[in-house]
Amino acid sequence: MAERRPPISGLFDQPIQVINVGVPSFSDDLKRQGVPVRHVDWRPPAGGNKRIQALLRRIKNGEKTS
Amino acid sequence: MDVEQANKKALQSIQSAQPVLVGIDTAKNVVPGMTDNLLLHAGPPIGWDTMSGPLRGAVLGALLYQGLARDEKQARELAVSGEIQYSPWHEHSGVGPMAGVSSARMPVWIIENKTKGNRTYCTLNEGLGKVLRYGAYSTEVIDRLKWMEETLAPVLSEALKLRGEINLKAMIAQALQMGDEVHNRNRAGTSLLFRELAPCVIETHFPDKDKRKVLEFIHSNDHFFLNLSMPAAKAILQSAEWTEGSSLVTTMARNGTEFGIRVAGLKDRWFTGPAQYIKGLFFPGYSEKDANPDIGDSAITETCGLGGFSMASAPAIVKFVGGTVQDALNFTQKMYEITETESDSFQIPSLDFRGSPTGINIIKVCELGILPQINTGIAHREAGIGQIGAGLVNPPMKCFEDALEAFAEKYF
Repeated sequence: MAERRPPISGLFDQPIQVINVGVPSFSDDLKRQGVPVRHVDWRPPAGGNKRIQALLRRIKNGEKTS
Repeated sequence: MDVEQANKKALQSIQSAQPVLVGIDTAKNVVPGMTDNLLLHAGPPIGWDTMSGPLRGAVLGALLYQGLARDEKQARELAVSGEIQYSPWHEHSGVGPMAGVSSARMPVWIIENKTKGNRTYCTLNEGLGKVLRYGAYSTEVIDRLKWMEETLAPVLSEALKLRGEINLKAMIAQALQMGDEVHNRNRAGTSLLFRELAPCVIETHFPDKDKRKVLEFIHSNDHFFLNLSMPAAKAILQSAEWTEGSSLVTTMARNGTEFGIRVAGLKDRWFTGPAQYIKGLFFPGYSEKDANPDIGDSAITETCGLGGFSMASAPAIVKFVGGTVQDALNFTQKMYEITETESDSFQIPSLDFRGSPTGINIIKVCELGILPQINTGIAHREAGIGQIGAGLVNPPMKCFEDALEAFAEKYF
């Protein structure tokens, strides 16, 4: 009986092109191995600070609290 | 509250401002609220107890210069006696580089924003070496300040009357085309100013030896223009104060202990955090352990889209503050992410004459986690030693987060 391969396996049968989002060292590692990679400099809003995220939401939504 | 509309209104004030050099006078005559027992200083409010070395030294020097104390011992006693008041320059329509300490007798440049009529002030630059703004207060420092009061200021005041007003916005724009960013590189700006003033200095009634010394003094100091770029930037940003609902920063300033910001829509309020240590290049014989934390009102240039925000205009500056020419380009590019628009007047040749990043928005700073980029001089932590290097620094994020909280509380 032939082995069933998950569909994602096909991805590795062809040259890989990578978009890396966030941590730059992942992108650097791939570059060193000669893998074409495009890095996107992304961070969670307010660096993940929940208090600041809530303030930003409040301002953006124009919520008036009293 | 429509923050976007409020910011547009503030930006309109900033873009249309026309800072012009109109004259020189004694601080007591023109600076709002100036009195004989008041010393103005850089940065947010501070008392003697928490002042750093260079600021304390400058206070002692100003008390000696002002004639309020006969010697250092008496100056120290007076400084803590409660008889002397301390107040930020920014609360008196002015700015002071480094320690920024000014007393009532000191001559100041007068800058007027012709669009709105608001006036700003700054002392004249003392040059390099042992100078009051780095906390030096030896006899040579006091003697130079007296020469500035008795000769430099009167000669330049008369020369300015002969020359007429000088448009500083146009001069700063030209300096950017010539490789300055008008914070840590003012060679072009100083040269442009010298070209305007020199013929009129010659025409004044003063003795030739005084005129020669005045011209040599300006010629020998590449930072002479800094004390005009700063109050010009202040005049531009002051025109946006206090725009109801605006989240744009109108002040970034440091007193050597704390960094403080003010926001157009949050009238008179300071938001502070600890002043940071500067990363950069040190002069021979000095290192990071000798450095004072960040100090001075000169970050008003960055607040106005100049200085670190316009480093792409000044590739030669990386030899002074560290990094590469590509870093300078990157710093400017990054500042577009936290600003609202591009200057109509200040253009950056290396970016195909793109306008400098203008209008720092606290909402963008907090959301993106990108802090304003400042390039600056490094003061020795002890009074009187002077500048020991230059480099790059950011404000503490706390200033922006606290301002954001106050902004949300007030308007939402």
